[in-house]
This record gives sequence, C-alpha cells and structure tokens, in this order.
Amino acid sequence: MTLVYIHSENGLSKAAKEVVTYAKKLGDGVSVITNGNTTGDVLAELGEYGASSVMVDRSVSSDDHQQLLDLVVFAAEKTGATSIVFSHDLTAKAIAPRLSVRLNAGLVSGATDVPNESGAIRVNVFSGKAFGFVKVNSTKQIISLLPNSIQPEITGGACGVEEINSGASTGRIKLITTKKPEGEIPLPEAELVVSAGRGLKGPENWGMVEDLAKSLGAATACSRPVADIGWRPHHEHVGQTGVAIRPNLYIAAGISGAIQHLAGVNGSKVIVVINTDQEAPFFKAADYGVVGDAFEVLPKLTEAIRKFKAGQN
Amino acid sequence: MKILVCISKAPDTTSKIAFTSGNTSFDENGVQYIVNPYDEWYALVRALELKETLGGNVTIITVGNAVDESIMRKALAIGADDAVRIDAEPKDAYFTAMQIAAFAKNQSFDLVLVGKETINYNGSQVGGMIAEALELPFVSLASKLDIDGNVIRLEREIAGGVQVVEVSTPAVISCAKGMAEQRIPNMRGIMAARTRQLTVVPAVDVQELTSYVQYDLPVSKSACKMISPDNMDELVQLLHNEAKVI
Ligand SMILES: Cc1cc2nc3c(=O)[nH]c(=O)nc-3n(C[C@H](O)[C@H](O)[C@H](O)COP(=O)(O)OP(=O)(O)OC[C@H]3O[C@@H](n4cnc5c(N)ncnc54)[C@H](O)[C@@H]3O)c2cc1C
Repeated sequence: MTLVYIHSENGLSKAAKEVVTYAKKLGDGVSVITNGNTTGDVLAELGEYGASSVMVDRSVSSDDHQQLLDLVVFAAEKTGATSIVFSHDLTAKAIAPRLSVRLNAGLVSGATDVPNESGAIRVNVFSGKAFGFVKVNSTKQIISLLPNSIQPEITGGACGVEEINSGASTGRIKLITTKKPEGEIPLPEAELVVSAGRGLKGPENWGMVEDLAKSLGAATACSRPVADIGWRPHHEHVGQTGVAIRPNLYIAAGISGAIQHLAGVNGSKVIVVINTDQEAPFFKAADYGVVGDAFEVLPKLTEAIRKFKAGQN
Repeated sequence: MKILVCISKAPDTTSKIAFTSGNTSFDENGVQYIVNPYDEWYALVRALELKETLGGNVTIITVGNAVDESIMRKALAIGADDAVRIDAEPKDAYFTAMQIAAFAKNQSFDLVLVGKETINYNGSQVGGMIAEALELPFVSLASKLDIDGNVIRLEREIAGGVQVVEVSTPAVISCAKGMAEQRIPNMRGIMAARTRQLTVVPAVDVQELTSYVQYDLPVSKSACKMISPDNMDELVQLLHNEAKVI
C-alpha cells in the first residue's frame, strides 16, 4: 500500500492530484491521509486519480508540523504502507526527514519521475545542473515529488472518505502570526513564471512585469541581486541559492543568465529571454529569444497576450 | 548559549559539473570546495551574532574525510570557537544526521543549526533527521532567528508567505536567506585558524538508507529561436502552437 499525504485547504490543489497520480503509478494501491477543511464530496474526487480511500482528520492543524508528523505515522501504521508520498513542499521539508528516522525508511526528496527499471528514482542534484538516480535500501520508502514533474491523470471514479480522529498530540512549536499576501500564485507550484533582473533598473519598474504575469496568470520571480537590494521580496529569488523551479514557461527579462541563476530555472520546459545584449549568456539556455529593451518588449508582449486571450474566448 | 552549526562541503558555484566511472560518481577533477553557502552565510553567521550578544560558544561540525579540513578552517577563520570532524564519508543524509546526533546527544547544545539544504544534493533532510534522533523540535526554513531567555523566536517560510513561531531551547533550526549576511574572514582570523586544533571523532556504526547509483546531465537546448521585438504576436503564436505552453 502507498500512503499519500496531501494538503487540502479550500479544495484540491494540482500538487495534490499530481502526488495521487504518482502514487497510483507505483502500483500498490493508494490511501490518502489529509487534514483541513475540504469537504468529503471534493476529497472523494481523489479516487479519480487513483486513491482507493481517503482519511481526513479535521482536528489536525497544517501549521503544526509535529502534529502532522504524528498524523502521518498513525495513517502509515493503520494502512501498513510501505511507500509514503508527499509533494516536495515546505511541509514535506519539515516532516519527511523526521518520518524517515521514525520509520527507518529511506527518503528521496524532490523526485521528478517514477522509479526506473532498476528501481532508482530521478532527482535534481547540483541545484538543477544534473540528475541523480537514487535507490532506497530500506524496506520502506518515502518519496517527495517535485511539483509540476508529472501531470495529473484521471483513471477511475470517486472513492470513499472516512473522517478519523488520529489523536495526534499538539507540538511544541507555538504559532504567533501568519503573513500571507493574498491572491499570489506560489512560485514553486506555478506553471508559468515571469522573472526579471537588474536590467529593470529599479523596483518602480516592476509594474510591467506584474502586468505581463497577470495577463498570463503567471507567478513573478527575480534574480538574486534584485532580492538582495530589496527591490523584490526574498521568496521571489530563484536560482542556485534561491528557489528552484520547473514551470512550463519561464520568461526572463533583463537577467544575464549567470550559471547560478540558470541552476534554479533550467528545468523549465520552455525559456523565453528578453535582453538588450545579444551576447547575454542566457540566450544559450533559451528556446526563444528577443534582443530588445525590456521597457518596450514587456508591454508589447503583454498586449499580444491579451489580444490572444481575447481571441480565444 | 551553546550552539552547534552543521557544515557541509559543496563544490564552488562556478564548478563544471561532470561525472566519471560510467556516470556513477562526481568528477572532482579541478573542483574547488567551499562551505555550503546556506551553512556559512546564514547558520554560522547567525550563530556568531548570537554569541557576540549573548555570550557562549559556537562549535562547527562536519562529517567528512581529512581532505575536508579546509572548510573547517574557513569556518574557524570566520569566527567559530571549535571544530569537530566525524571521520567518515557522508554516505547519505541519514548516515550524516545519525553521526551528528550521536555526537550532540550528551552535549546539551541550546541550538543546533543547519543550512536549509546543500547546493550539491539539495535534499533538505539532515536537520529534520537530527531533530528526530534527538527528539527535539525542528523549525525548517527559518529566515529570522532571535533569542529571548530560553525562547527562540523565528520567522519561517511557508507557501507564499511567512510565519512567526516560538519554541523553547533546545531546538534544531534550518536556516535560509534573510537570517544573516555573509561575513568575509579577515587576515588575522585566517592566520589564527591555520594552527587551531581540530577535533576528530570516530564514526558510529550506521547503515545508510539511500544510495546514488547513477548521474546524468541534462541534454543541452537546441539553438534559440530569435524573434523581432516588433513581432510579439509571432512569439505568442509560437508559445501557443509550437511550444504549447499557453
Ligand atoms: C555563490 C553564489 C550564488 C549565487 N546564487 C544566485 C541565485 O540563486 N540566483 C541568481 O539569480 N543569482 C545568483 N548569484 C549571482 C549571479 O552570479 C549573478 O550575479 C546574478 O544572477 C545576476 O543578476 P542579473 O542577471 O539580474 O543582473 P546582471 O548580471 O547585472 O544582468 C542584467 C542583465 O540585464 C540586461 N539589461 C540591461 N538593461 C536592459 C533592458 N533595458 N532590457 C533588457 N535587458 C537589459 C543586461 O544586458 C544584463 O544581461 C549567485 C552568485 C554566487 C557567487
């Protein structure tokens, strides 16, 4: 049996459907454990992606990682799962390593594919500059799947949902406040990303980056110096020492394409580079290039996207 | 305040990444090793700042071979008080974490700091594993850390935002950007670090849970298609019809 932990606050995220699809591909039958406020009717839809049952404990808080850990341990024991799958997000980073020690189960973080013929799982290493294939030596395994690595697939119908009380105890870490800007698309999960660098000259010029992102429904990102000087928040910094992303489309304006920047973005399916300097190294890693001034190109591209979207409706 | 900072070596960020022995091991030829940036810039520097305001002692620990002593000296040059090496090849995150936990077990550290991940294996695993082995709370991806008596106040990254949390010492914290600024060691620090005694501790017997069996390099992109800045409609059509991403 494979156990999947998902977040299910306010409905099912794409990441949740990805991990259930992934678990189904492992071939052992899939149980889901979750918490949060998503209704039973909606949770039952996870059956379509391969779950045979869903357990939900509404008393467990997603902010309490120690409690979440206990919840997953409870579900692992109850289902006798030998594989446990997470989405490789901040929750997984907090609890999967603990779970690995608790269950003596090898942990593969940031998997980008199902196990190959010899049972090894592909992950990104060297901050995206290479792939590694990891084999788990223990009888139990834990896998955290990098978002946007596989597409959700519908293979069946709704499944049963059971309300449970795991009795997970509250942890020792006390939550004081949460600061969350409303309405933004979280960068690691975004399928489309618009990013800009020092070429934009100053924070006051980010309106055109945001306009383009809005026209596409994309998240925004930036290069490291831009976050370092405070033009943009740190959580937008992508690259070897920032967030590593692999969206379907990465549009980079006014970014030179230094090796450390490329490390975090070269898993993107398609890269578009806009730069005044035709020698900018980023063009070597790009699929489409525009040699031009971002101040002119970005508004034009936004306009073209709007026109295209209007034509589609 | 007694602080343990876990440091790892990592190839310099400009290193050429290549593999040998039929793509089964990292090609170290010509590679310069540095202290993993998260461990150095955030965990170590914040530990030193805390020591400077609260008093105490900062010990750095690494699991590695004698050739890795250069990164220990770098950490001493920046200001660490003591340096410990567990004498073993760090086989996987579990093996490494169990070595560090075995060392830390009876030493009553108030804080154990790790970087949020290494830039070579990017696992983000060691901190949580140490915490579990020591039965301590673990706060992952902290971007701010302050101490008030025995209360640690932290900001941690969550999806699209930050949370402020509090926990009592002792605890294990993984440190991310925002916590401190890189410090460049001065000449005096570097000279003094050269002759400092390094503590070497034998490894405990632990079986690793995972192994890297193969590596691969991404296929390089075919030539970039250039589009005139005056023809953004063409770019949109290519993204839609050819790349199929919008
Ligand atoms: C250990 C280490 C880790 C690092 N980690 C990261 C990381 O994680 N992420 C990261 O991004 N960087 C990282 N860096 C920094 C990296 O080396 C580069 O310095 C950085 O990526 C450059 O940012 P940039 O491209 O925005 O700025 P620049 O290199 O200054 O490039 C600006 C670009 O904008 C172009 N430009 C100027 N004006 C315009 C215009 N009007 N329209 C269009 N284009 C224009 C220029 O031609 C140039 O190519 C790291 C460095 C080190 C040493």
